[in-house]
Amino acid sequence: MIASITRSLCVAALLATAGCATLNPPQPWEKGDLAKREMQFDPNPLDAKATQHIYTSKEGAGGGYGIGGGGCGCN
Amino acid sequence: MTDIRFLLCVLVWGALPSTSAYAVDVGEHAPSFALPTAAGDSVSLERMRGRVVYLDFWASWCGPCRRSFPWMNEMQRRYGDKGLSIVAINVDKKQADATRFLRETPAEFTVVYDAPGAIPAAYAVKGMPSSYLIDTSGNVVAVEQGFRDQSPAALEQKIRALIMAR
Repeated sequence: MIASITRSLCVAALLATAGCATLNPPQPWEKGDLAKREMQFDPNPLDAKATQHIYTSKEGAGGGYGIGGGGCGCN
Repeated sequence: MTDIRFLLCVLVWGALPSTSAYAVDVGEHAPSFALPTAAGDSVSLERMRGRVVYLDFWASWCGPCRRSFPWMNEMQRRYGDKGLSIVAINVDKKQADATRFLRETPAEFTVVYDAPGAIPAAYAVKGMPSSYLIDTSGNVVAVEQGFRDQSPAALEQKIRALIMAR
């Protein structure tokens, strides 16, 4: 009895993960909102560049700031 | 044993919906479309048979698109009367964004609008901008993703070759 309940729960959990497949990521032509300035990790590119420069020159550290660009996967 | 087989079946079934869309590639027939211009005229790929078509997908929020426009204007001026048609499909959700873009970056070629995104989906566009060079019989000859500094030279060579062969 318990085994069959566990099995059913397992199946339910597995089937539920299939639902994640329907949450499609935005397609390349749908990234208009993601390209907006307020959607960037750092909305001020000049300031971010200066900060990055200080880290690079004073601390020898760089990178780890995700990918650059406007969300269209191109720039 | 049956348990494992049963679980495997469930897993395989669950993985089915994650198959991705099929992208249009060189040598294939370009999916047809009929889209409206800002003036309301319909532009269809079928009606451009016999002409070399440079099909471009663009959006107002895409930086390289802005850089590609002057070059496309130049191509239109150079090869427009020799059999080249440049069609730029705008994929902005709001047409007003595209209109603002076009005020700053005028286009001397055909611009059509596909806010629902059915045509980029049919081509399975992988990035913005994406362009497809289509020959006189409607087959894709070249696919270009993005617009880099070295893109124009190679593309113009391909356009010229198609115009010569026409």
